[in-house]
Amino acid sequence: MLFYKLYKDKDGRKVGFVQGNEACAEAALAAGVRFFAGYPITPSSEIAQVLAEKLPMYGGRFIQMEDEIAAMAAIIGASMTGVKTLTATSGPGFSLKQENIGYACMNEVPCLIVNVQRAGPSTGLPTQVSQGDVMQTRWGTHGDHPIVVYSPCSVEETAELTITAINTSEKYRTPVILLMDETVAHMREKITLPHESEMKLFNRTRATVEPSDFRSFDTRFGDVPPFEPYGNEKGYRFHITGLNHDENGFPTSRQDEVVPYMDRIHRKIYNNLDDIIKVKEWNTDDADFLLIAFGTTVRTCLGAMEKGRKKGLKIGVLQLITVWPFADKVVARLAKKIENIFVVELNMGQIINEVSRAAAGHGKIKGINKYDGVFITPDEILTHLK
Amino acid sequence: MMEDIVHQYLRPKKKFPHVWCPGCGDGVVMNSLIRAIHSLKISRDNIVMVSGIGCSSRAPVYFDFCSLHSTHGRALPFATGVKLGNPKLTVIVISGDGDATAIGGNHFIHACRRNIDLKMVLINNNIYGMTGGQYSPTMPTGAYAATAPYGNIDRPFDICKLAVAAGANYVARSTAFHTFQIEKYFKEAIMKPGFAVIEAMTACPSLYSFYNKTGKGTDMMKALKDRAISIESAANMSPEDLKEKIVTGIFANGDAKPYTVAYQELMERAERSRVDEESI
Ligand SMILES: Cc1ncc(C[n+]2csc(CCOP(=O)(O)OP(=O)(O)O)c2C)c(N)n1
Ligand code: SF4
Repeated sequence: MLFYKLYKDKDGRKVGFVQGNEACAEAALAAGVRFFAGYPITPSSEIAQVLAEKLPMYGGRFIQMEDEIAAMAAIIGASMTGVKTLTATSGPGFSLKQENIGYACMNEVPCLIVNVQRAGPSTGLPTQVSQGDVMQTRWGTHGDHPIVVYSPCSVEETAELTITAINTSEKYRTPVILLMDETVAHMREKITLPHESEMKLFNRTRATVEPSDFRSFDTRFGDVPPFEPYGNEKGYRFHITGLNHDENGFPTSRQDEVVPYMDRIHRKIYNNLDDIIKVKEWNTDDADFLLIAFGTTVRTCLGAMEKGRKKGLKIGVLQLITVWPFADKVVARLAKKIENIFVVELNMGQIINEVSRAAAGHGKIKGINKYDGVFITPDEILTHLK
Repeated sequence: MMEDIVHQYLRPKKKFPHVWCPGCGDGVVMNSLIRAIHSLKISRDNIVMVSGIGCSSRAPVYFDFCSLHSTHGRALPFATGVKLGNPKLTVIVISGDGDATAIGGNHFIHACRRNIDLKMVLINNNIYGMTGGQYSPTMPTGAYAATAPYGNIDRPFDICKLAVAAGANYVARSTAFHTFQIEKYFKEAIMKPGFAVIEAMTACPSLYSFYNKTGKGTDMMKALKDRAISIESAANMSPEDLKEKIVTGIFANGDAKPYTVAYQELMERAERSRVDEESI
């Protein structure tokens, strides 16, 4: 059963007053996601619930698996048939998914993993807000691997970034994580879904070679190998494996095959940072104080900025929309010109280490941290600035 | 002389030799599976082979189908995604006893329960081959393993009974020795709508034998022959007499509605209930 309703505005765009989770599900559907596998967990369950109802209306399929490991496996399997896929979870479930997220990295399988953060570790505070998984999104699975992570600060932005994340995963043949938090997941705001033509949907590039010449991970066309689905009907028959593999997907331990492979899967992301990294800046031109945040705390920072400026405190805000890869260049530029930098996080201090690394000795960097499961207020931020 | 079919199905580009030890039963079982696929005349382009991790799970890399060598224990959920992504595909799952009933045990019972249309070849050598001979959930009590130096005190699963109890549509057991019988079961399983599992009892002459002195590959093959007894004959035997036996035959052959069919019906219902957004 759905607890919201979408309408059409005068331009024919779908609009509604919805939760972040509902916005994510609707945007995924609009962006062409046709398979969801998941396992219920607060505060992410609404995404599954909406898609259980809506996917089969649009020719898609939904399945509630026996656990999150299975759900992650299922979306990879479905993505290998060419379908755009999504799974959604929270802390404990995100921990369980890690091994198979690595599998998706290793085999360059496009898919979207939504992690609605709640306070941890372990079962933690299941219904309360946190941003404690930001390092886990980067390094949760074992081994070196690139990953792209977006974090929305509003319901509208959740819809936008869901579409962006799906496009990125298709374009670069990579799993992408949408890092939400309990606040954005459950708050209600207006969304307007773009028309299909406005979304500029990207579909993974297909192969054009003769079947005998097909390779699962063909590097002849650039760093992102063309993708062919299982059941392609073109006679492309190929293997994939979580083992290190050569271009044909066959296991290898040859240094001259392993190293170029590892380098390439990193290069395909790190050579395209201008396309992948998104940030927003407010009043950073004249700021004496810079607040750096991601996710819903950005909204609090904006509140603190408004209040502070009225009192004469020149505050600027940097939102890390793309959390990973980290916006090194932007942080380095701002750290050179703004002396006082505060990194606001609902955890004990995770992304602050990246800020310090990128600032490379410039600016005085301090953390404003909250980890009691309660949202931070503008006044709490302002007390740190005096 | 049997027609050489398996070579027609080897991947043209794969670098051989394969990973299996001399005398290993895995290749023999795969040969029967390929013969079954061949005789059913299923297009190679319509088959996807999905496996977990283990010696047995290495099989798909050698055969000329689309294939997915997944993570340990997770072949079934990966395969579930493949099947739901494109229900027209014939999805065959290859898994070892450890892969399917230890780390993947939960997925196994749920695949049986859902009756999802996957064809599972469960290769049971009663041990963890790939990792060096540790005990598996099907190792007999009292047998020895790298991690059971005093003899195994665990009790083994009866995989077929487990699958039947969990609701699988088609369940059968045979051995690597009984190549024709198992080929027949493979054919029936592939034709059967819903979830089908064939437990293929096999021999690990490298590690099981190392710890249990069961002889060479040929000795272990002979033991499979000697220990096998049909489900019909077994019905009249005492548990004591059955202790060393391998009961072979068909344990379930039902007609429960396959998952993909049930989901197709659901989609039709859902599509009918779809309403367009009102204008404001
Ligand atoms: C998560 C995880 N845990 C452990 C392993 C190590 N491992 C690889 S294969 C295997 C057991 C394989 O045994 P089985 O499934 O019976 O297959 P066999 O090798 O006997 O054919 C184990 C424990 C792994 N690869 N992944
Ligand atoms: S270790 Fe055992 S199961 Fe593995 S390939 Fe060798 S004989 Fe076969």
